[in-house]
Amino acid sequence: MAWQSLDIQRRSATTTPMPGARQGNEVAKLIDISQCIGCKACQVACMEWNDLRSAVGACTGVYDNPLDLDSNAWTVMRFTEMENNGRLEWLIRKDGCMHCQDPGCLKACPAPGAIVQYTNGIVEFHQEHCIGCGYCVTGCPFNIPRLSEQDHKAYKCSLCSDRVAVGQSPACVKTCPTGALHFGSKEAMKDHADHRIADLKSRGFQNAGLYDPPGVGGTHVMYVLQHADHPDWYAGLPQDPKISPWVGIWKGLAKPLAIGTMAAISLASLFHYIIKGPNAISKETEKEVEDETRS
Amino acid sequence: MTNHWVDIKNADLILIMGGNAAEAHPCGFKWVVEAKANRKARLVVVDPRFTRSAAVSDFYAPIRSGSDIAFLGGVIHYLLANDKIHHDYVKAFTNASFLINDSFSFTDGLFSGYKADKRSYDAATWQYQLDEQGFAKVDDTLQNPSCVFQIMKRHYARYTPEMVNQITGTPQADFLKICEMIAETAVPDRVMTICYALGWTQHTVGTQNIRTMAMIQLLLGNMGRAGGGVNALRGHANVQGITDQCLYSEVLPGYLGAPTDADKTREEYLAKRTPKPLRPNQMNYAQNFPKWHTSLMKAWYGKAATAENGFCYDWLPKKDAAYDVLALFERMYQGKLNGFVCQGFNPLASAPHKAKIDAALAKLKFLVVIDPLATETAEFWKHYDEFNPVDSANIQTEVFRLPSTCFAEQDGTFTNSSRVIQWHWKGADGPGESLSDTDIIGGLFVKLRALYAKEGGALPEPVLGLAWPYRIATQPSPEELAMEISGKALADVADPKDATKILAKAGEQLAGFAQLRDDGSTAAGNWIYCGMWTQTGNLTARRDPADPTGLGQSLGWGFAWPANRRILYNRAACDLSGKPWDASRAVIAWDGSKWGGNDIPDMRPDAKPDEAVMPFIMNPEGVARLFAFERLLDGPLPEHYEPFETPLDANPLHPNHPQALNNPAARVYPGDLEALGKASEFPYIASTYRLVEHFHFWTKHSVLNAITQPQQFIEISEELAREKGISNGHRVRVRSKRGQLVAVAVVTKRIRSLTVNGRKTHLVGIPFHWGFRGATHPGYITNVLTPFIGDANSQTPEFKTFLVNIEKA
Repeated sequence: MAWQSLDIQRRSATTTPMPGARQGNEVAKLIDISQCIGCKACQVACMEWNDLRSAVGACTGVYDNPLDLDSNAWTVMRFTEMENNGRLEWLIRKDGCMHCQDPGCLKACPAPGAIVQYTNGIVEFHQEHCIGCGYCVTGCPFNIPRLSEQDHKAYKCSLCSDRVAVGQSPACVKTCPTGALHFGSKEAMKDHADHRIADLKSRGFQNAGLYDPPGVGGTHVMYVLQHADHPDWYAGLPQDPKISPWVGIWKGLAKPLAIGTMAAISLASLFHYIIKGPNAISKETEKEVEDETRS
Repeated sequence: MTNHWVDIKNADLILIMGGNAAEAHPCGFKWVVEAKANRKARLVVVDPRFTRSAAVSDFYAPIRSGSDIAFLGGVIHYLLANDKIHHDYVKAFTNASFLINDSFSFTDGLFSGYKADKRSYDAATWQYQLDEQGFAKVDDTLQNPSCVFQIMKRHYARYTPEMVNQITGTPQADFLKICEMIAETAVPDRVMTICYALGWTQHTVGTQNIRTMAMIQLLLGNMGRAGGGVNALRGHANVQGITDQCLYSEVLPGYLGAPTDADKTREEYLAKRTPKPLRPNQMNYAQNFPKWHTSLMKAWYGKAATAENGFCYDWLPKKDAAYDVLALFERMYQGKLNGFVCQGFNPLASAPHKAKIDAALAKLKFLVVIDPLATETAEFWKHYDEFNPVDSANIQTEVFRLPSTCFAEQDGTFTNSSRVIQWHWKGADGPGESLSDTDIIGGLFVKLRALYAKEGGALPEPVLGLAWPYRIATQPSPEELAMEISGKALADVADPKDATKILAKAGEQLAGFAQLRDDGSTAAGNWIYCGMWTQTGNLTARRDPADPTGLGQSLGWGFAWPANRRILYNRAACDLSGKPWDASRAVIAWDGSKWGGNDIPDMRPDAKPDEAVMPFIMNPEGVARLFAFERLLDGPLPEHYEPFETPLDANPLHPNHPQALNNPAARVYPGDLEALGKASEFPYIASTYRLVEHFHFWTKHSVLNAITQPQQFIEISEELAREKGISNGHRVRVRSKRGQLVAVAVVTKRIRSLTVNGRKTHLVGIPFHWGFRGATHPGYITNVLTPFIGDANSQTPEFKTFLVNIEKA
């Protein structure tokens, strides 16, 4: 699926330098929650464009369906009923990959080339390289990637990188009937968000703001929130997302250490082999094992 | 809509009440979003539930389902009491100054002329006072106690904020805040639009709900204005086209009143429907009724229709009784119908009181279902567990299923809520043996005609004489039908002002309904659609989005009826001198010699402002009716009556007058009153409604829609859930006097209890998209619960308010 390798700026578990000849423009999707009616047309467009179908689920007492992201549902609406100063608000958040500038999934991924980041900022999974370890799930501060029960590979929103590559907006943006979803250069999206935030402030949402969390280097999917001071009100959107320190420890310290340890063990084994020759199992040990297996 | 979808973006205030546009019209809702983002418009939502529309509103207030007239009557009271009306507009463009017959009265909840035994009114006392020339008398000072303004003031004086709160349960502060916001649009440079849908129509006071809002818009001077109007958001794809084309028995195409047994001759029929002017100088456009009707008869009966035989008037069926949906199923239920052709209609799912519909269908000898989908109606006879618990062995009805193509599999037109007729092109072939609806009807007609020709039978003439000019008789093409509906000249049509000038030559398509004649020289299948296919071609296929003034008036996009006019009553967008009330939102204006602008003027183009030709040209008085002396069967002024199933013992406005509890002019069939539940047994208000994830009973057949909303549920408040020991996700049983269903409970903050008349009321919300066929989990037809009773005027069933009880299943 990989398109033009010139546009790849990062590749998981790869130390060879990425091509630098071409500079891409950073793109972003802006989700204006104040204009979203939760119609789920984006969910349907996503399933149609990517030719995926979740199972027909059940009603569990909420409007959320499918109830959660899965390998076939790359975006879902999350509905939250919130009472604030005696007035009810129905906060509806379209959840899916945030396409972090500093992607925890890519950092955590041990499979070379299973996760790439393009120069436009899109983070994409290349399932043919995925080994199904699930480290991307641990590495994601937004709890987005899902492992397929069928093929044990990880899936998530690709921001329709195939559409974007040919100058189209993502399928969800294209279909959004109210225009709550916007797509363009990251700069243009921030400018648009400024207008929207000013409008929301004029309607009494004093804490309206843009969600573009710096802890992950900013994101290529951003939200206009009526209550930017409380992202957690929106179905648990993290206040200050950061890549789990374990990913840093694994990559920064543990990984070289582990590799060193493994190398040392290998070397030691080699020396052991050279000096002592192959290990042999004594007849007594073999019999003991057989007896144990029978009993 | 009096205005149109795009025009919503021109509003300063958008009121959504009696509808849930975000849920039921998500695409059109973009214009609400646009108005908010670009005009700083405010959105107010009044609804029994905190809806998806409410989720993006600036202000939401709850209301008890079925009490809208009390709320809106309260708004009228507020506007009058606080003098927040557009005085010049009201004086000039409404009948506020007209004097009403002194014997008109309103006592104990009844208007004068009520006949209890017939549950109907004689409107004789509701008429205008007339002078010697037959013109209505007026009092321009609006002080005469018999003038409409004073009558209205007295009538709504009872609708105080306290009374509104007592009836609706809406907190008084919320109600007053909304009144203030609405009142701000009484000035010429602020405009409010109102978007409603079935939340207003599906009540026994449905028509009056909408009228109350129309009165408010008139008092504020918001009718005919860009960004204003009273806007019905139509539901079902092409339901606007169906009503325009009048595929029901009450009217003929183009809203021409259908003849009844009382209309013995064509002359009598025409005379009764051709009004005389009630004020001097008015257009009284309905005086052209004979031209529209005669042209319709020429389209239907062609050469057979002549002046000598009254243009085949005798061939038209004369109504002897009501034939609306409820009346039809009542007849079927009584065993008075043998056969039923059901085309694009799923009544087992969409008509009230399913058990009665089931029993009615079982009395038919044959049922023909023409539909693209496997509908519940087509399988009414089949046992589907608890969802359709019938005994097939006892049902003898023979069912024929004729699979049809869907809209995307055929060419044709759609008419949207904006009244814009748009051509659509076939996207794919229909599956299997499906045929288009016109091919099915064409084939049936040709066979039936042959049978009549061969066997004679009762009254074969209307069938044998029907004009059937299609190239392939069994397959009338959409183009042929559109041209026939639009109309053509049968002989040369001359200019009435200059007989030497020919406006349309024989055989040519007509340019518009002004060219229709009553002498048989023109034919048009629907006068309001006249001009959609002219000599220049198919105007409905135009797709020019050009919008020179930026107000969304794209006159080159499709064709809007009437006459490609986008905003009805647009003469009222100007003051008496012909100057726009608001120059930034000008629609038309008087340029010194004629009317013109970015819309087709709803006015004679050369009517000088000092001639005082008023904007409401279809009314013989030329002005809008705050007081409706005709056409409404349940009163000239809207009055709050309780729903037929109400939690209250009495109408709070008339506590001692039981006859004024419910709409006294609503029709009740024998047996249906007994099928109404009492609050003692069924204490909770229920309302059925749509979800954005589904479209009626169609999309449950589609996997994608089923994924997004897979299973039937009902919604209750946290408070009621606590009282009943119900948790989120529990299965619950909902019972009405007529039936029951079991569904998952969604416990939500979006529904809350209201205190009505000192008593706590709860709402049970019931989305309705499920059935026993489809890709979703099977579910109950929600109309097992609903009552078989309708609006006094339209007979639209009261789906929005009835009583139920609820328990853990």
